[in-house]
Amino acid sequence: MTSPLQQKIKITGPSVVTANRTWDGVVIYRTAGKDWSPDLSEAAIVRAADEARALLAESMADDLGAIGPYIAPVEIGEDGKIEPGNLREQIRLSGVTIGLPVQA
Amino acid sequence: MYAYDEIDRTLVNERVEEFRDQVKRRLSGELTEDEFKMLRLQNGVYLQLHAYMFRVAIPYGTLSSQQLRRLAHVARRYDRGYGHFTTRQNIQFNWIKLAELPDALADLAEVGIHAMQTSGNNTRNVTSDQWAGVAPGEIEDPRIWAEILRQYTTLHPEFSFLPRKFKFAITASGHDRAAVKIHDIGLRLHKNAEGETGFEVLVGGGLGRTPFIGKTIKPFVAGSDLLSYVEAIMRVYNQYGRRDNIYKARIKILVHELGIEKFAHEVEEEWQQMRDGALKLDEEVVEDIRARFFYPAYEKLPHMPEELRKAAADPQFEAWRKNSTFAHKVPGYAIVTISLKPIGGPPGDATAEQMDTLADLADKYSFGEIRVGHEQNLALPHVARRDLPALWKALDKAGLATPNVNLVSDIIACPGLDYCSLANARSIPIAQELTRRFANHDTANLIGRLHINISGCINACGHHHVGHIGILGVEKNGEEFYQITIGGRADENAQMGTLIGPAVPYAEVADVIEDIVEAYLALRDRPEELFVDTVKRLGVEPFRERVYATR
Repeated sequence: MTSPLQQKIKITGPSVVTANRTWDGVVIYRTAGKDWSPDLSEAAIVRAADEARALLAESMADDLGAIGPYIAPVEIGEDGKIEPGNLREQIRLSGVTIGLPVQA
Repeated sequence: MYAYDEIDRTLVNERVEEFRDQVKRRLSGELTEDEFKMLRLQNGVYLQLHAYMFRVAIPYGTLSSQQLRRLAHVARRYDRGYGHFTTRQNIQFNWIKLAELPDALADLAEVGIHAMQTSGNNTRNVTSDQWAGVAPGEIEDPRIWAEILRQYTTLHPEFSFLPRKFKFAITASGHDRAAVKIHDIGLRLHKNAEGETGFEVLVGGGLGRTPFIGKTIKPFVAGSDLLSYVEAIMRVYNQYGRRDNIYKARIKILVHELGIEKFAHEVEEEWQQMRDGALKLDEEVVEDIRARFFYPAYEKLPHMPEELRKAAADPQFEAWRKNSTFAHKVPGYAIVTISLKPIGGPPGDATAEQMDTLADLADKYSFGEIRVGHEQNLALPHVARRDLPALWKALDKAGLATPNVNLVSDIIACPGLDYCSLANARSIPIAQELTRRFANHDTANLIGRLHINISGCINACGHHHVGHIGILGVEKNGEEFYQITIGGRADENAQMGTLIGPAVPYAEVADVIEDIVEAYLALRDRPEELFVDTVKRLGVEPFRERVYATR
């Protein structure tokens, strides 16, 4: 299988690198401090393909910390708030769109 | 119930310790994700949107009350208090932590449950009729053969790295409740003209992006030849199945590309070389397996006990009895289907509390046994008819007495985009909305048997191709759209549904399904004509017209 780094990276707007945390699977975002955070507001934002490729490469190098890093679109509001760029990412951030059978 | 022997227990326990070591090495960095992925998949561990998903096998859909309680325990201790029963007689936990998985597996192993080969390119959980062993008119309990296949395929060294996953299903009844025609190998127990019992073997069935109905490769294979014949099929597949393209790797593609005649010829040649070898099944071996299935000591009971006569005055009880209880092979007993499709609820989910309640009810009323069906419902297979009123009250109290079995709100649905990393669109909210639209029991009864199947992507875990109404989620420019098919069926007359027209947006799906159902009610030639038969008689055009005339 082709490595994501060998694939053509095309981004059309602000993007982040996201993955799942290895030990528990929680959704995480790559931060500018070369770490991971479950908080999207702490994610490093990239706007060009080269930047995205570099962030992805750095994220993939942390095989122990995260599984399956990939580039995901985000939207940035006028107040600077980072929001997921599509429904899939919205669900990953906020959880299922249905009531769980057992409320947490 | 089948009683595992020492070999099974040792195997399962050793597997837990092996996986514990693998997880430890992964979490220490000794194993990379690339190295670990195949190992976790072979133990039923996927990565989904929010967390790891843990898929546990329920071989041929049979569970003891002790096992169900243990599943409840896993849901409660390691997950978020519920589990999801799948279309292949598995249960999935959606929020499991990798670090805790070995402990969860160890807890399950204590009661003989495991997750081996619930994922990966190997033979998966062998599934069967959830009424096996209790259905009237059955040729033989198919679970005996399912268990033989389970033992044969578990950790089979030659078939642990197949081109792609491989699924068996087996039935022994005229009416197919195991969907054998949409499996890689489907087996139908029957008697030949000489009155001997054997198998019709079907091959190359499957759904996904390239759906096929299985084709009969051999109309009769004696029980003693089952393993050698199956092995011949799998050897041909293992040799010629494509490994260069994941989308063309299933046996259905090989059967389609070679043609069933040529494929059968290859299998026959292989089989003739090995049919009388080590895989020939002695009757003693079969008898040994048969003897490890325990059946209840049924009493001689009346068909219409006083308790049932009295309870018939309660219309709610009667609605449930007529809908959810079915004829049993032993007079005085019934098979009870437990709907896991509450109005407004996610299809196939059960809370830990519900699982515990069902385990208690199984002990009290069903000789401690529970079944799981591919329709994502459960069943109590041995309930005395005199106990039906008391059982109903207890089920109702636990939210498990929705009288919608086989009706329009008994929807099969995959987890969809709410959970699944492969999905393009959500399935569960569509199902929930449809159950609300068709919540009225009288209306649902008027409509009659109607199976709606929903998949959130082309991988078709919700078996949408074979739904009477199939709903497939697709993504168009970032929006959820849904293709609608009608006329599919998963039973002995299995066939794929036909697309009725362009995909419709998320917000319109429930309206479209209502339109289709209203069209059916207007078009059927008598109340007994099922939806799927009306579609067969008239084709899709009148339904297409109804749906798209105003859209």
